[in-house]
Amino acid sequence: MSILVNKDTKVIVQGFTGKEGTFHASQCIDYGTQIVGGVTPGKGGQEHLGRPVFNTVAEAVEATGATVSMIFVPPAFVADAVMEAAEAGIELAVIITEGAPVRDMMYAKMYATKKGMSTIGPNCPGIITAEECKIGIMPGFIFKKGPVGLISKSGTLTYEASNQVVKEGLGITTAVGIGGDPIIGLSYKQLLPMFEADPETEAIVMIGEIGGDLEIQAAEFIKENITKPVVAFIAGQTAPKGKRMGHAGAIISGSSGTAAEKMEALEKAGVKVVVSPADIGKAVKEVLGR
Amino acid sequence: MNIHEYQAKEIFRKYNVPVPRGKVAFTVDEAVEAAKELGGDLWVVKAQIHAGGRGLGGGVKLAKSLDEVRHWADEILGMTLVTHQTGPEGKVVHKVYIEEGADIAKEYYLGMLLDRAAEMPVMMASTEGGMEIEKVAAETPEKIVKVTIDPTIGFQGFHGRKLAFGLGLPKEEVGTFVKFAAALYNAYMDNDAELVEINPLIKTGDGRFLALDAKMGFDDNALYRHPDISEMRDLDEEEPTEVEAKAHGLSYVKLDGNVGCMVNGAGLAMATMDIIKHEGGEPANFLDVGGGANPETVAKGFEIILKDPNVKAIFVNIFGGIVRCDRVANGILEATKITDVTVPVVVRLDGTNAEEAAEILKNANIQNIIPAENLADGARKAVAAAKGEL
Repeated sequence: MSILVNKDTKVIVQGFTGKEGTFHASQCIDYGTQIVGGVTPGKGGQEHLGRPVFNTVAEAVEATGATVSMIFVPPAFVADAVMEAAEAGIELAVIITEGAPVRDMMYAKMYATKKGMSTIGPNCPGIITAEECKIGIMPGFIFKKGPVGLISKSGTLTYEASNQVVKEGLGITTAVGIGGDPIIGLSYKQLLPMFEADPETEAIVMIGEIGGDLEIQAAEFIKENITKPVVAFIAGQTAPKGKRMGHAGAIISGSSGTAAEKMEALEKAGVKVVVSPADIGKAVKEVLGR
Repeated sequence: MNIHEYQAKEIFRKYNVPVPRGKVAFTVDEAVEAAKELGGDLWVVKAQIHAGGRGLGGGVKLAKSLDEVRHWADEILGMTLVTHQTGPEGKVVHKVYIEEGADIAKEYYLGMLLDRAAEMPVMMASTEGGMEIEKVAAETPEKIVKVTIDPTIGFQGFHGRKLAFGLGLPKEEVGTFVKFAAALYNAYMDNDAELVEINPLIKTGDGRFLALDAKMGFDDNALYRHPDISEMRDLDEEEPTEVEAKAHGLSYVKLDGNVGCMVNGAGLAMATMDIIKHEGGEPANFLDVGGGANPETVAKGFEIILKDPNVKAIFVNIFGGIVRCDRVANGILEATKITDVTVPVVVRLDGTNAEEAAEILKNANIQNIIPAENLADGARKAVAAAKGEL
């Protein structure tokens, strides 16, 4: 088991024939992901990476039965691509593109929600179910199968955390990079219950950062609903106020969105919060009693 | 991206958000000329910098004659203005805004930003005009009225009425206020703003609402579709090293410590700062070199970090995924040939081909490159190196 995606998941790629789309789609294919086709308007009927190219998402869905779309289109076209996927009946859109305007994402997410489509990202590494299905840009080999679910706002910290978990002799069920933009799709609060319900997941790692209050919402949710052990790390304990730290959403506004307040809320909810990012793997081993 | 008050007011005018008449001036003579053109017998001379608290810092002065305009413009232009938002080093004033004096009957606050929890814009109003809204929110939150606005329906009358009645406005003023708020909503949405603040919003003796101050910030990701706003960028207001880093695709923020950091990925870059602190040191910067970490970007990274004279050691922390560590290791060696790296560099490379990378660094045998085993080891060594203990 796993959450959201597995070896049977059929995936199309929007922005399939572009440089990024091509490189990462072929990496996903090598990993074993069922990439069943792609969409590039105007290139319908061609073949790319041995898969069919379609002009529209609707045609791609009809021909391939895909339920997930991995989106690589340039930032200005992200909202359009997401809404097209939602309209075509895609169930989950994984938005890798970095730099989409907030206003666009606001409309795109509202429309996706209305159509019953979930989104991950934008500006994220994607989602991976270890040794089954990689939909994104993460280095696949770091994610070995095991009992730990992983939710993270940061790409390289996801790799770091998974690497530490694997070095402790454990592994990952599914890892989701949710992205660090001001408006994102699935977040801790929606993903935590999925891991709670997944019989293979025994512990959950959540990696947050400064800005916004998703981690605080997660803390409240964990307190009431999550029985599996949770380990958390919040990046940006030393970040200054009012400065954007790389991610568009990683900014302490006034006195809210600090790492300290998030760590405190999570600790109060019974989460094992580590101060040092080097202690994530060890803490997971500890909470699992291994 | 932030802009000046005078620029925000230009945008306000375009959207029929009422503002007092005013003109920007770069010299004392221009300031006096501007006051003459505006006419009247009362002017305000306002320093234009990207920071709040200008009045308290001495950057906003009333002038009752053209001689006083000349006096205050001369005083303010070129001064280093220190406010609670500029930091102790302050900011040099390069331009002043000359504005007609206004008859203030009452001061309010009106602002708009993204409510990240609701995923919609929120408009906020308060009777505590002139006060810092953060402070009002912390001390007297009941004095702030908020409405989230679903952008698919846009700004409706009821949004404005909720704010107006919440402020306790008499019913004959409600209509004027609603019109003002609707105009502000359009200015915010049309331009992909991430923040707009009017503090104070004033009511004049004759019952008009006017934006006495104006602050706007924009979503950097949307600037491509607003060339007019992109042109308002004032590089004098930005940290030069941060601007230079951005031009090379790097994301840099200067901090006060002495351990320089070079990392791939924003989250790991923040985590690297945190672990340095955790190990008893102080990070000198945030630096995300992005996914590529090729020799040119690494060299540029070294150059930017070393512009800060406080830096006594550098911690290079790269988690190689798609980018292979052996390539990064070669990149680091290459970079030390391009840029003269004068301080010890602790290098931690993990991920794809990490062992080959360790071998490359070991064989290169460069005295001030110190390989690290893992994240914690790297942080410890970097902190020790900065203290001269390695």
